[in-house]
Amino acid sequence: MKLEGKKAIWSEYQKEIEDDHYFYVRSCIRQNFFPGSEVAFLRIMRDVLKKDVYEHPCHTTCSGIGYHGDVVPVDTAMTVVARQFALMTEAGYSNYVPSCITSFGLYTEILDTWHHFPEVEERVRKQLRQATGREFKVPGNLAHASDIIYKFRKEIAEKAKYKLVNKETGEPLRVVDHIGCHYSKMFPSKGIGGAEYPYVLAGMIEEWGGETIDYPERRHCCGFGFRQYLVQANRGYSVACSKEKFDSMKPFKPDMIITNCPGCPMFLDRWQYVINEMEGTTYGQNGEGIPVFTYEEVAGLVLGFDPWDLGLQMHQTDVEPLLKKIGIDYDPSDKYRLDVRSEAVSNEILVNA
Amino acid sequence: MNKHVIVIGAGVAGLEAAGQLSRAGIDVSLIEREKMTGGHLNDWFKLFPDRRDSREVKDYLEKFTNNDGIKLLAGIEIEKIINGRGGVKVTTSEGKELIADALIVATGFDLFRSSRKEEYGYEIYDNVYTSADLEKMFRKGKISLHNGKSPETIGIVHCVGSRDEKVGNLYCSKLCCVTAVKQAIEIREHLPESKVFCFYMDMRMGGAMYEELYREAQEKWGVNFIRGKVSEAGEDINNKVIIKVEDTLAGRPLKMELDMLVLMAGMEMSEGGRKIAGLAGLNAGENRFFAVTDQHYGSNRSSVKGIFFAGTCTAPMNITETISHSRAAATEVISYLNNK
Repeated sequence: MKLEGKKAIWSEYQKEIEDDHYFYVRSCIRQNFFPGSEVAFLRIMRDVLKKDVYEHPCHTTCSGIGYHGDVVPVDTAMTVVARQFALMTEAGYSNYVPSCITSFGLYTEILDTWHHFPEVEERVRKQLRQATGREFKVPGNLAHASDIIYKFRKEIAEKAKYKLVNKETGEPLRVVDHIGCHYSKMFPSKGIGGAEYPYVLAGMIEEWGGETIDYPERRHCCGFGFRQYLVQANRGYSVACSKEKFDSMKPFKPDMIITNCPGCPMFLDRWQYVINEMEGTTYGQNGEGIPVFTYEEVAGLVLGFDPWDLGLQMHQTDVEPLLKKIGIDYDPSDKYRLDVRSEAVSNEILVNA
Repeated sequence: MNKHVIVIGAGVAGLEAAGQLSRAGIDVSLIEREKMTGGHLNDWFKLFPDRRDSREVKDYLEKFTNNDGIKLLAGIEIEKIINGRGGVKVTTSEGKELIADALIVATGFDLFRSSRKEEYGYEIYDNVYTSADLEKMFRKGKISLHNGKSPETIGIVHCVGSRDEKVGNLYCSKLCCVTAVKQAIEIREHLPESKVFCFYMDMRMGGAMYEELYREAQEKWGVNFIRGKVSEAGEDINNKVIIKVEDTLAGRPLKMELDMLVLMAGMEMSEGGRKIAGLAGLNAGENRFFAVTDQHYGSNRSSVKGIFFAGTCTAPMNITETISHSRAAATEVISYLNNK
């Protein structure tokens, strides 16, 4: 593999990301899957990087999960999104930052639609006005939350307590970066690094000391694929997709997987347990699974956040062997104890500063 | 005093046009940005369909143009073109001014830069090559992988940068299919134990003896032709190229492990041609090659008086067609000069 070729592509796909004052919108499913990740993002942005991040209490689902699950029509999705933009406008912000990859893809698609078909935007404005009386401005800047962490990856590295390095050997950890399909496959120019060789997570991994693995099924779906899982009869296909990826990455001996989508860590994490139950197969070293993380969790770990504050106890594939490999100082006995929650996670970060 | 014509580009088209003009008693200044004449002939080993060594054609062209009536200016860029009543004035990168009665643009084509088809991993994965890379291997007499070993399974992807809306090239480059067939046969000749798979959209064998070559590839050399577009390539732990492709005749997706993937790069308007277009005020057509005044009877004429086209700067062509087109350009120029 020639890294220079990838660097040439990465240099072609960069995008403008604003420096501060973000209107952050949460995912409708992430808090059920890995509830510590969005809190970790807010903590990193507000407490570590000292940035202004605003959350609106009236924000709802963007409806992207229904849109891509074929149950929400596009006009409904556009009107719901228009309402989110109205909340941003009312709050005095213009830098829109979704936590969810599918939301990011939906917002990108809608903004592009409105750009090419202004009459559609006018129709949606009318629909929103009739339904809610609200008006909105389109965001001045749209960036996924992983774009923001990518932007500040060097600042995070400067403040890092740990590196993505095997403490015993000093070798970089071998990391699989898995990018959510809706990040850049629909609009390659809107993703850092484009669609074929996205750099958004690879850039974090490099900066924090690890090395990325390029394996044949790198671009393959995690297995969520919306209807692959949401339609119960299709779930065998969902687990088969994940298995395809695990079989492909296994020879590269990955230490961990890092993702930037709500569904991907869920399925890559849970299906490893299922495959183990079904066939007795594991994909990590020493008969273990390959731990799967969100990028916020990884950023939090390198910054020295307590693993249990990051919600790593919610993972099905055991993360503790990796914590030990990095040399992270943590107390295994605190895993399920709420009363010892770190003071660093104050209630303040859960509301607007 | 003899008439004087400037020919820009000393590839197949420029050499042939210059030779024809010189034979008609016209003085020619032949300007080439590279130090060597011959253009893409220098990069190709054997030519389709008769598998003749490209050097033979180059020798013919160079002998044809090796006379006192043709002044070759190699390694020279053109900086300015002014077309006025007194003729065409060209300023070179050396500051030299040439005035001529007419100008022939023969700037040829560039091979499609295959790394633009990011999903195929050219310049990223070790064992992904282009048709031009393979020709260099043929010239050396050894087909080898990144690790120096010989490949056993080779995939050839047709239409790389041609008939592809994603890269903005809707046209067919015409020559990639027959190049793939020729190269597949040559691989089998070099490596009799190898297996070769060609992935095509349609087989466009529209030239003399092309269809026969295609048949020979299947019947004599056992080349496998699979109708389907390769969607992506990756690299496994053993440096094998893993491709995904849909076999549209069998109606099923395929995943295949290959030692080597070869991309049949298409043809595009050359960078040099784009520069000349800007300097001379020449228009490009929808496919970005030079626009001619009429596809049927004006394929050598530009919209600018006194400026003519020869060869693949107007559209993809094979060498036979390029030579014919260049002779026609010379005829057009002679006619223009006689009636001036």
